[in-house]
Amino acid sequence: MRRYLFFGVHADPPPWLRRLAAALPFVLLLALYLGASQLRLAENPDDKILPSLAQMADAVQRLAFRPDPRSEEYVMLKDTTSSLARLALGVGLSAATGLLLGLNMGLFPGMGAVLLAIVTFVSIVPPLAILPILFISLGVDELAKVALIFLGIFPLITRDIYNTVAALPREQITKALSLGANELQLAYRIVLPQVMPRLIETVRLSLGAAWLFLIAAEAIASTDGLGYRIFLVRRYLAMDVIIPYVLWITLLGYLIDWLLRLALRRLYPWYQA
Amino acid sequence: MNTTEQLSALRQKNLLHIENVYKQYGARVVLDNIDLSVARGELCTVVGPSGCGKSTLLRIVVGQEAPSSGDAFIEGAPAGYPDATRGIVYQKYSLFPHLTVLDNVLLGKVLESSIFGRVRARREHRDEAMQMLERARIAEHWKKYPHELSGGMQQRVAIAQALIKKPRIVLMDEPFGALDPMVREDMQVLLLELWEEYGMTVFFVTHDLEEAVYLGTRVIVLSQYYIDDRGAAAEQRGAKIVADHALPRRAFSTSVKSSPEFIELAAEIRRAGFDPTGARHVTQFNLSHPDSFQTLTAAESRALRAQEGP
Ligand SMILES: Nc1ncnc2c1ncn2[C@@H]1O[C@H](COP(=O)(O)OP(=O)(O)OP(=O)(O)O)[C@@H](O)[C@H]1O
Ligand SMILES: [Mg+2]
Repeated sequence: MRRYLFFGVHADPPPWLRRLAAALPFVLLLALYLGASQLRLAENPDDKILPSLAQMADAVQRLAFRPDPRSEEYVMLKDTTSSLARLALGVGLSAATGLLLGLNMGLFPGMGAVLLAIVTFVSIVPPLAILPILFISLGVDELAKVALIFLGIFPLITRDIYNTVAALPREQITKALSLGANELQLAYRIVLPQVMPRLIETVRLSLGAAWLFLIAAEAIASTDGLGYRIFLVRRYLAMDVIIPYVLWITLLGYLIDWLLRLALRRLYPWYQA
Repeated sequence: MNTTEQLSALRQKNLLHIENVYKQYGARVVLDNIDLSVARGELCTVVGPSGCGKSTLLRIVVGQEAPSSGDAFIEGAPAGYPDATRGIVYQKYSLFPHLTVLDNVLLGKVLESSIFGRVRARREHRDEAMQMLERARIAEHWKKYPHELSGGMQQRVAIAQALIKKPRIVLMDEPFGALDPMVREDMQVLLLELWEEYGMTVFFVTHDLEEAVYLGTRVIVLSQYYIDDRGAAAEQRGAKIVADHALPRRAFSTSVKSSPEFIELAAEIRRAGFDPTGARHVTQFNLSHPDSFQTLTAAESRALRAQEGP
């Protein structure tokens, strides 16, 4: 039988070709950027829109590896820790709340009756539209930013966990009761461990939205943070800072996702996604 | 036919007792005046055409669903919600996917202790659980998760898991229904061995006639194929128990399946329950088991109506 390397539904690219194919779009994008940057800089050496690699390296050197002359802090490190702290707090609270609410709503019909409609309602409110309300009522400090992330993603996590619990076969619940489980044991020893991997999956999917809310909140009212910095230097068209920051955020997002995926595999070997 | 005293004596004496049970979903009647009493130590099989309501009957005995009317009793007390008096083995979903084989079997014991006593409970009952697994001939896989086991292996674990609680009665809904014939026969023999060793009471639902006759000390046939005197008034009839046989306990050898008596009984059950043209009148059912009883309503039987007078 003829083996197709690349084209058609029968194609079976060998590993080296897969890796090459995956790298290709990145290389093309980079080449395109460098070409365009060189053209513009040749025309006008002061152009700020497409900085060269050297200019960006210079900016990173300044922000990441040299302390700020006034505050004596490493700016990029400070931005990163501030942003990650807000993100972790917002996502962590959402995950814990979503797990508890979703689990109880799914398992106990009374709780479902009380909470399902309101959670659905809250999940449809556009979080960015209530950002002003948050700033007015909670002040412009950390609390409002964490609250925005929380309000933005906890309803979705809750609904996902609720659906997962509600879809557990009724037989499992009957089975657990027939083995002598009481209702508390049913919730926290039979159902909870089974939805934990699903929680990790949902958090992974929610992280994109969480970053969006974080950067939006930081852009509007903050004194540090990755989003704050990007929107601050935008005034000076400092693309040499913005582009490395965007790449850094992307890398952080990828790392977090990778860590969660690793945790899922290590902690829940029985879970086949 | 049955006096109230006789009925109440039966209810007290027997482990499982069901009286006048109806179940309907919307307008659809599924179970239609079911009467059933099962003694301790019996291996009672329930057989009937697909969709006749066997699983519904089992869910009522488990307590997962309430009858629309009528009552179910376990040891003379109302059956109530599912609890440790009744062990269950389903065709699937019996095992918890997040627990290993050993932990699935230990679960019933671990749930008896508080959060703090959990580690100790695991240690204390480990040997007992391993023995159960040994008996079910699945001990060497104790470390695995359910998804790593074949269907037959999963059912061995499920049986061990249910038996470690020593329930008064074990309810099984087509536990071997998804297994291929060889494995299935193996599991039937295993069940008979365990039933004898532990003196269990088993309520076993299947749609496989041979399986019902081979395993049972008593075979109950549930079927919607019967005739009564309700006429057009009851367009929607649910299933009834149309036959109830006591069977002698034969040898475990599966070779009895080809003996003439076995084949004859299987054929008779097929006529009584699986063949619409063989439908009998409610007063003509073969309810030869000594614990069998029938609470016909006057509407169902003209003879009864005549007896009661105008
Ligand atoms: N929750 C429900 N709502 C509506 N109808 C139902 C429900 N559960 C069962 N039924 C109906 O009741 C009838 C009996 O179902 P049941 O599952 O008890 O049959 P069964 O004898 O176990 O069938 P099988 O041999 O296929 O397992 C079926 O016609 C089914 O459609
Ligand atoms: Mg069924």
